[in-house]
Parts: sequence; C-alpha cells; structure tokens
Amino acid sequence: MTTPLPATRSETAFGDFKLPFAPGEAVAEATRCLFCHDAPCIAACPTAIDIPQFIRKIATGNDRGSAKTIFESNILGMSCARVCPVEVLCVGSCVYNDLDQPPIAIGRLQRHATDRAFAEGWTFFEAGPDTGRRVALVGGGPASLAAAHRLRRLGHACTILERGTTLGGLNSTGVAPYKMRADRSIEEIEWVLAIGGIEVRTGVEVGGQGPDDPSLEDLERDFDAVFVGAGLGADSALGVPGEDLLGVHGAVAWIESMKLGEVDLAGVERAVVVGGGNTAIDGVRELLGLGVASVTMLYRGTPERMSGYAHEWTAALADGARVEWRAIATDFEGTDRIERVRAARLDDARRPIDGGEFTLDADLVLLAIGQSKLGERLAALEGIALDRGRVAVDDGGATGRGGWYAGGDCVNGGKEVVNAVAEGDRAALAIDAWFAAGGGLRKGSGA
Amino acid sequence: MPDLSTDTGGIRSPNPFWLASAPPTNSGLQVQRAFEAGWGGAVWKTLGTPIRNVTSRFGGHSIGGVRGAGFNNIELITDRPLEANYREIAETKRLFPDHAMIVSLMFETREEWKEHIGRSIDAGADGLELNFGCPHGMCERGMGSAVGQEPAVNERITSWAAEFSTVPVIVKLTPNVSDIVPHGLAAKRGGADAVSLINTIKSIIGVDIDRFVPEPRVGGASTNGGYCGSAVKPIALHMVAALAREREFGLPISGIGGVADWRDAVEFILLGASTVQVCTEVMLRGYGVVEDMIDGLSEYMRTHGFESIDQMVGKAVPGFREWGDLDLNHELVAKIDADACIGCQLCVAACHDGAHQCIHPQEGSRVPVVDESECVGCNLCKIVCPVEECISMETVEHDVPPATWNQHVADPVHHPLRPKKGSHG
Ligand SMILES: Cc1cc2nc3c(=O)[nH]c(=O)nc-3n(C[C@H](O)[C@H](O)[C@H](O)COP(=O)(O)OP(=O)(O)OC[C@H]3O[C@@H](n4cnc5c(N)ncnc54)[C@H](O)[C@@H]3O)c2cc1C
Ligand SMILES: Cc1cc2nc3c(=O)[nH]c(=O)nc-3n(C[C@H](O)[C@H](O)[C@H](O)COP(=O)(O)O)c2cc1C
Ligand code: SF4
Repeated sequence: MTTPLPATRSETAFGDFKLPFAPGEAVAEATRCLFCHDAPCIAACPTAIDIPQFIRKIATGNDRGSAKTIFESNILGMSCARVCPVEVLCVGSCVYNDLDQPPIAIGRLQRHATDRAFAEGWTFFEAGPDTGRRVALVGGGPASLAAAHRLRRLGHACTILERGTTLGGLNSTGVAPYKMRADRSIEEIEWVLAIGGIEVRTGVEVGGQGPDDPSLEDLERDFDAVFVGAGLGADSALGVPGEDLLGVHGAVAWIESMKLGEVDLAGVERAVVVGGGNTAIDGVRELLGLGVASVTMLYRGTPERMSGYAHEWTAALADGARVEWRAIATDFEGTDRIERVRAARLDDARRPIDGGEFTLDADLVLLAIGQSKLGERLAALEGIALDRGRVAVDDGGATGRGGWYAGGDCVNGGKEVVNAVAEGDRAALAIDAWFAAGGGLRKGSGA
Repeated sequence: MPDLSTDTGGIRSPNPFWLASAPPTNSGLQVQRAFEAGWGGAVWKTLGTPIRNVTSRFGGHSIGGVRGAGFNNIELITDRPLEANYREIAETKRLFPDHAMIVSLMFETREEWKEHIGRSIDAGADGLELNFGCPHGMCERGMGSAVGQEPAVNERITSWAAEFSTVPVIVKLTPNVSDIVPHGLAAKRGGADAVSLINTIKSIIGVDIDRFVPEPRVGGASTNGGYCGSAVKPIALHMVAALAREREFGLPISGIGGVADWRDAVEFILLGASTVQVCTEVMLRGYGVVEDMIDGLSEYMRTHGFESIDQMVGKAVPGFREWGDLDLNHELVAKIDADACIGCQLCVAACHDGAHQCIHPQEGSRVPVVDESECVGCNLCKIVCPVEECISMETVEHDVPPATWNQHVADPVHHPLRPKKGSHG
C-alpha cells in the first residue's frame, strides 16, 4: 500500500524528546489525577477525549480500557500522545497549574496506554454493517484517516486517494522526529486500516493532469459523498534574489526529505532558518540535532509575537539555537550554492532601519514562512466557497455543495494533527447523518 | 463479552454495581443520572420518619496525602418528605425498568413497617433493604444498629418484613458486633432473601487539636459517627467471607464497604458477594467512577475466562481457612532483585526494627542482602519496598510434608514441623 521506509533515513538519528513512562511511574502519575468534574482538560482537547476516565483506568490497572477510551474519541491517539502541543492544550489547562504542583503529564499517560495497545495488538473497533454507501477521501492525512475510520464503523465503504506514496500526510512527513518518527505513523496507519473496507490508492492526484488522476466530476459520479482532507500546499517563497541557489530549501520539503530519506549535510556548519512559527523552530532543532554547529533563526517579529510555541522555543534555546529578532532576509548570495544571507533589521512598524543591514554566513537555508493554500482547485465546483484560500465549511464540516465535506489543515489553515482528527471525525458523522436523511451523490443512491 | 448481569436473592440487575443507601441515592434525579452513568442498581436513601440533620456531618481521614482514604458521617436517614421519596422512586423505576431499585427502610412499629413496605412495593421497588445498621442517632431511638446488634430483634423485624413483602428482602447488617455470623443467621431465620454488609463502623474520625473538639464539629461538640471508605474494606471483606463460608448460612450477599474500583469489587465477589454497593467513592468522585468498574471487571472476567458473575462468586472462599488449618511447613524467604533495588534500605529498617533482623547492609553497596537462614518469610520488607517486584517471596523446597497446627497437635509423629527459623534462640 505504501512504499517501505528506508532504514537509513536521516530522522533515525533522533531519540524521543519526551520519554515513555515506566509502568510504575504511569500508575503513580495517574493516581495523582483528581478526576475533575466537567474537566478543563477535556474541553481543551479538540477531540474531547475523556481524559480523567482514561487516566483513572491506568490508575486501576485497566490499561486496555484506558486505550479504548482514548481511541473512542481519537483514533490517532497514539500519534497525538507524542505530537500534540499538550503544553497549550490538555496539560496547559490542568487545574494543578493553579496549585503548587506540576500538572498531570497527560500526553505521557496517553502514550503509556496507547503504546501498550500497540504492543499487545489490542483492537477495539469493527466495521459497521455494510450500508452500500461509498465515500471518497481526498488526501491520506490525519483528517481523512480519522474520517475514514469513523465512516467504516458506521458501515460506509471508503476510498482514500493520496497524491504521494505515503499515507499520514504531515504526520508522517512533517512532525519532528524527536516527537515521532515516520515508521510509528505508518505502523499506526496499518492499525487504523485493519478495520477493513478502506481502499487506498496512492500516487493519484485528485484534479491532477495524470492519466489516472480522477477529476472532481469523477468523484461525484463514483461516490455518494466526498471528504476533502488535502491539507496545505508547498512552502511559500520569500521572493528575494538568490532563492534558487543550491542549499536554499522550503522547510516542509526539506523536513520531508529528512524524514523519508537521507539529507546530505556534509560541509554544512552554519544554517539559517527564516520564520518564527513552529515549522521554523522544528527546522532549527532538527538541524542542531543532525550536528549543524550553528543554526540561526531569522524572524521579522519579536519573541512575544512569534507564532511558534514558547515551550518549543525554550527547548530550541536549550539545544543551542541562535536568533536574530526583527530581521528579514533581503538577499541570498553565493555562486551556485548559498554562501551568505543578507538581512535587514526592522523597527516596530516592521520597516527596515537605516544602517541596520547585516550578513550571516550560511551553508544551508530553510524557508519556513508558511505553506500555500490548496483550496483553489476545489473552487472550480459550484457551491464550494473559499475563505482566504481555506475551504469554508459549517459546524459539521459540510461545504456549500451537497455531499462535499472537508476538514483538517485545508479548512483550518494549518493547526495540529489533533484538530485534523477532530474535524475528520465530525465530518464523518455529518456525512452519516446526511445519508440517513436521504442524501447521496451517485445517481439513484439517494432516497 | 462476559455477562455482567446478576441476581441477588431474586433481585436482578444488569451489572453488579449498586449505589449503597446514602446521599448518592437521596433523590430521583440523582439516581436517574447514576443509572445513565451505568450503575446497575440503587438502594434508595433509607426511608423512615423524616429527621433533622446537623451541620457539619462528614469527616475525612487523609492517609499519606490521600484525602478521604477513610470517611465518616453523622448524618441520619432521609430528611425529605416520604411522599416526595415515593413519587421519585416510582418515576425513576418507570424510566429505568431494567435497573434494580431497592428501597431501604427503617421504622419502629409493626404497623409502620407494614405500611411502608406496601408503599415501597407500590412505588415499584424490586426489593427492600432493612437498615439494621446505622451506628449513630437512630440506634439511640431503638433503631439501626440497636436492631442489628440484637439477633432476636433482628429476627423479629425481618420476619415482619418477610410476611408483608411480595418482593425480596435484604437485611443490611452492622459491623459493630464481635462476630457477624449469629446476626446473619438471625436474618436468615427471620426469612431474609439476602443480606448486605457492612454498614458503617462506629468511629471518631479525628480531633480538632486547637479547639479540643472531636470531628466533624457541630458548634462546640461532636459525636461518634460511622466509618466507611477505602480504609474499611479489609473489615468488610472479612465479614462477607465469614458469612460466605458459614455452612448454615447460604444466603446471597451484597458486599459493601470501601469499594472504590473494579479490583475491590472482584475481591468482594470472589469472597462470596454477588453484587457490591458503593457509597464513599461516589461521594468523593461522582457517578462516573462506575465506567471503569464495569470496564475493568469485564476485562478481568475476559482474561480469567469467566463468562458470568455466577462463575466468580465465592471462588476465593475455599481458600479462606482457620489459622489452625494453614500449612506450617510452607516456607518462604525474601529475595531482593539487586538490579531493581534503588538502595533506600526501608527493608533494612523494617526487618531490623519490626521483624527478625535478617536483612543486612553490605559494605560498599546500598543493596542489602537477606540472610535466608534467618528469614521467616513474613512479607514486611516486600510491603515497605517502594519498587514494584523488587522483593519477591520465594518458596523454599524441602522434604518436610505439609502439616497444619491442628494436624500436628493431634498427631505430632505423623505431622512433624520443619525446623523453626528466626527465633534467635
Ligand atoms: C513541519 C511541520 C511540523 C508539524 N508538527 C506538528 C506537531 O508536532 N504536532 C501536531 O499536532 N501537528 C504538527 N504539524 C501539523 C500537522 O502535521 C497537520 O496539522 C496535520 O497533518 C493536518 O492533517 P491533514 O489531514 O489536514 O493534512 P495533511 O497532513 O497535510 O495531509 C494531506 C494529504 O493530502 C494529500 N493531498 C493533497 N492534495 C491532494 C490531491 N489533490 N489529491 C490527492 N492527495 C492530495 C497530501 O499529499 C497529504 O498526504 C506539523 C506541520 C508541519 C508542516
Ligand atoms: C453520609 C453517609 C450516609 C449514609 N446513610 C445511610 C443510610 O441512610 N442508610 C444506610 O443503610 N446506610 C447509610 N450509609 C452507609 C452506606 O450505605 C455504606 O454501607 C457505607 O458507607 C459503606 O460503604 P462505602 O465504604 O462504599 O462508603 C451512609 C454512609 C454515609 C457515608
Ligand atoms: S458539599 Fe455542597 S452541601 Fe456540602 S458543604 Fe459543600 S456546598 Fe454545601
């Protein structure tokens, strides 16, 4: 189904940043949980996992029940335990933060239960009785996987159409390897697909030019509903001279090549990462982790204004990151390969300060200034509206065109894996409700 | 999926988890929420001639930082109008026909018992529970534990209930007696269909050492209350098991006292209970705790090959014997896993000061060693060790055949004892 991952991937250099619990540790931590009523951690989790309940089950030695509670709300609960920014989600909302005690380590407890489920080979869900309905899912990332699994539990047949060779979207190709390596994501996908009845077609681009690429109209003809979980597009470009020099990469593309294959860092001693979001911070930490001696983040704003999480930036500083605040790259220079970055310092209004020009030597540059939006292609269909490039949907994930639903990064503009799961799940329920009310795209399939 | 449904003396419920008669079963909306959360049955807060309560009413016993590890109360039976109670019982039963609705009663005269048994059954009770247990407030009025402590009174009132009731009658026993068995037998003679135990244990939960008043404080004074919660489980387990193994007894048992999770429930069931009742854990954490109770019990049954609760009930009773029937030649010694040891030496202190002086520190290492020739296999070191599975108790193989004290005193020649250890004699 997916191309096997080479064992020599650069990402294998990384170990886990947050370590798993030993069994006794997990029980001790779980026992600290207060089992809050109307718990704030549940409200902080986009998939609304019943966190106090899964933790209580760990405390009583019921790891299997605990894992089930997690997967019931979030089928990618194993990934999320590792990749979620828990500091700003569940853990950040724990009532212990208001007491003189550390908050419950919810992510690590979730990892304890879900890792155990994988290690023991526990499965919890069966496909529902066949309804005869067929749903196409555009893209094989977290949003589509969550939607497909829920749709299967409800008995609808699913076909995932993925442009790339690997499923999992950015959860396989993007997340920092010290949180989770690609092989874990692939293992999880196999576990998800084991429910059966999810056909996977890789190497096909919906709306693409290839002979096997289905058009949007093909989907309307062959399926009863379509879920679009296409994520975001390629790295945005800066639009300054020298961007095409060797050694200047889009950050997401470079991270993908590091996770799925090998990147050659021979001779790279100084790197510059342009941007101030989480992708930029990941890039900085990944380069440092792969042995680049000096890595500088170049960000146009101030520490307070950066969109990357404070806890991630603190960790990057501990890894040895350098930074230039209020700075933009104005030129990339070198013969063939990048040699230096010319930059300008900015004032409060983000205007270049006179005499504020400076230069950074660099053997490698990552551009982490955002990803393009993919929505345009969909806009060809009447009724599908876009909002600043994002697909506009209602509370259930329905677009303005009957039978077309969407969720994940292509709708929210780029959030987390857990948001994609939540939005895929809710769209699956909405599709099921639409079918129940007689909806269906294929001729003769509706009521 | 194993079948969790149960039958206790003719009262059926979808699972063995019932709420005990107490504040969590005070009103219809509460019990309805509890049934929605998954509770299989509820014993309604004891009905009687409505009373007045004091404030405050509850005391908590923190043990090692665990708040409410023990709990006590000085509240009485329902303080709500009987009309309201019966109306809500009927409403709840109508909404949840498959759940067990048991009405707890405590009255004085035969006429009162007759009237309220009739009204309870009219309201839809699947069973009655006679509260012969309350150790405070009601006993001074000749009810509660004053009944439960007198087998003759217990038998008489039970026989009235058996006479008036068309639904099964459970007698709820008080633990405030020296031996539970005669009280269980009295309930049986009176015609009970089942017993439930334990009610709360007479207690003073603590003393306010600045105000010089016991707790919970009611102005400048307090009174003895009823102790319950996790801390009482060992006492409750013993009383349940004592009745379960009594040959003349044989009635179904609903086990109560310190059930806080599915493991506690499994223990009660293995010692003879067919349902368990919970009060304190729900008071401390809410109805939601039942989810893991059901889930954990199902998982336990699945992994242990039990298909129904019946198959589990009393499984550990044959393993509960008199001391004189235990094998004196069974020999255990403690083993320390040096790789797991963290060097705290709690076991050294415990063995030296509290046992038989046979765990010794070693020169140049924090890992102590057990002198197996002196170790009596008492378990103390294992109990204090903070590391799971670091200290194990291992069986010593020897040639002396098993012999109990009773066998040995009857026939010492054929039932010799192995050499004594650890007496430093
Ligand atoms: C560098 C980086 C690090 C990140 N780290 C984290 C993290 O630590 N924690 C976290 O929670 N989130 C992280 N995220 C965000 C997270 O990965 C995404 O929010 C999540 O993967 C979105 O899921 P999705 O299914 O919406 O889209 P994607 O994961 O982007 O998946 C979309 C899929 O659709 C396919 N596709 C697109 N168009 C088509 C088409 N026309 N036809 C067929 N297939 C198509 C794509 O190839 C892709 O596989 C990170 C993102 C990046 C870029
Ligand atoms: C506040 C409180 C009120 C109680 N009221 C009653 C009662 O009205 N009738 C009764 O039979 N038992 C009553 N009990 C006893 C409980 O039903 C139960 O037998 C006891 O608490 C032991 O169970 P536990 O350890 O789960 O709490 C009460 C207990 C508490 C804590
Ligand atoms: S628990 Fe409720 S009734 Fe009791 S003291 Fe607190 S607020 Fe008052």
